[in-house]
Amino acid sequence: MARLTAGVGSSHVPLLGVAVDQGKTRDDYFGPIFAGYDWTREWEKAEKPDVVILVYNDHASAFDMKIVPTFAIGCGEHYKAADEGWGPRKVPDVEGHADLAWHIAQSLILDDFDMTIINEMDVDHGLTVPLSMMFGTPDKWPCKVVPLAVNVVTYPVPSGNRCWALGEAVARAVASFPEDLNVQIWGTGGMSHQLQGPRAGLLNREWDNKFLDMLESDTDAARWIPHIEYLRETGSEGIEMVMWLIMRGALGKSVKTLHRHYHIPCSNTAIGHIVLEPNP
Amino acid sequence: MSSPTDIHAYLAELEDIPGTRVYTAARARKGYHINQFAMSLMKGDNRERFKADERAYLDEWPISEEAKAALLKRDYNTLLDLGGNVYFLSKLFSTDGLSFAEAVSTMTDMTFPEYRDMMLKGGRSPIGNRSIKANLAAAGLEATKGTY
Repeated sequence: MARLTAGVGSSHVPLLGVAVDQGKTRDDYFGPIFAGYDWTREWEKAEKPDVVILVYNDHASAFDMKIVPTFAIGCGEHYKAADEGWGPRKVPDVEGHADLAWHIAQSLILDDFDMTIINEMDVDHGLTVPLSMMFGTPDKWPCKVVPLAVNVVTYPVPSGNRCWALGEAVARAVASFPEDLNVQIWGTGGMSHQLQGPRAGLLNREWDNKFLDMLESDTDAARWIPHIEYLRETGSEGIEMVMWLIMRGALGKSVKTLHRHYHIPCSNTAIGHIVLEPNP
Repeated sequence: MSSPTDIHAYLAELEDIPGTRVYTAARARKGYHINQFAMSLMKGDNRERFKADERAYLDEWPISEEAKAALLKRDYNTLLDLGGNVYFLSKLFSTDGLSFAEAVSTMTDMTFPEYRDMMLKGGRSPIGNRSIKANLAAAGLEATKGTY
C-alpha cells in the first residue's frame, strides 16, 4: 500500500525561483534563505519519495476568472512550467502520477469532497518554486507530483477546518492505494505577506512562529483560525497558510518535527519552512 | 464541528482592515474585465499590441473610462477599488518590466528604496494596522462609510 511518510511546509515566493534560475542562491540576500533548506535537500536525497502531493495555488496562470475551482486535483501525465509574463522558468517538466491522482480524486469525491479534475494545465511558481527549494536544479525532478490547487485568491476561500479535513481525506485515499509508494504531502505559500494597498509589506514574525508551533503540536487548534485573523495578522496574502493545514491534517494527530526554518524578508514575504513526520 | 457562518458579518469584517481591499465576490464581479484584460497580457503578441497603443488596446475591452484611466496611469490603488486583483494586475507589472516588490511599493506612501528598506528591517508592523474600527475607537472617532 502507499504510505504517507512526511509533510513539508514551504513558502513559494516567485523571487526564489528567479534566484535559483540566475544562480544567486548563495549571495548575501538569498544565502540565509537557501541555507535553511540545505538540511531538507539532503534529507530528500535519502528519503527518495516516489510521489509528492503538492498543495499550492495558481496565481492567474492556469486559471483566470472564467472558472474558479475551490479544490482542484491534477490527474494528468505531465505539466509544463507556465509563462507568467517573463517566459516560462527553465525547469524540467513536472511528471504527474495519473493512477494515484485519479485514485485520490475518486476517493475524495466519495468522501464528500467535490473536487474539480484537471487533465491539462501549466503550473506556475506556486508549484515549481517548492520543487526547486527541495530538489535544487536536477535535469529531471526526482519524483512524480500530484498537484492539488486551492483557491486562496477569490473570497470566500475554503475555511481552515475544511482544508484540515481535506488533508485527513487525502491521507485515507493514499492509504487505500494498492501500490507500494513513498508519498509526501507539501503545503505551500505564505507566510505573512501583503502584496496590495497602502498596508502592503506587512510581516508578522511572532504570529508566523506561533502558527508553526501549532503545526508541531498534537492539537488541531490551527484549523479553527478564522480568515479574518490571517488577514489582520499576516496580511491579505498570508491566507495562503490555509494550504499548510491540508498538509498538517493529512499527518494525523501527532507529529515529530524534523526541521524548521524562518527568515524575513524575501521580497515582500516572510519565508517559513517546516518538515514534519507523522508519529505512528 | 463548525457552526454555520453568518455571511453578512463575515463580509463586513473583511472591510475592516486598514489599507486593504480583500478580493471579495463583489470586487471580483466589478473588476472581471479589468482582470481578464490583465490576463490577456500573458501572451507576447498581446503585450506588443498593448505597448504599441495602450489606449486602443484598452478600448477593445468593456472596461469603464475610470478603470481605463487608472490602467493608463498605473494607479493600482484605484484599480483595487474597481475590482482589480494583484495577481492579475501583476501581468501589467511584468509587461512594464517592474519587479513585484517595486510595483507593490507604488501602492504605499513610500518610494521603492524606502519600501525595500522597510522590508529589510522586518516589514510593516501589524500594530495599529489590524482594524479600521479599532483605530478609530482609539482616536475617539466613529466609523463612517467610506473610511479607509
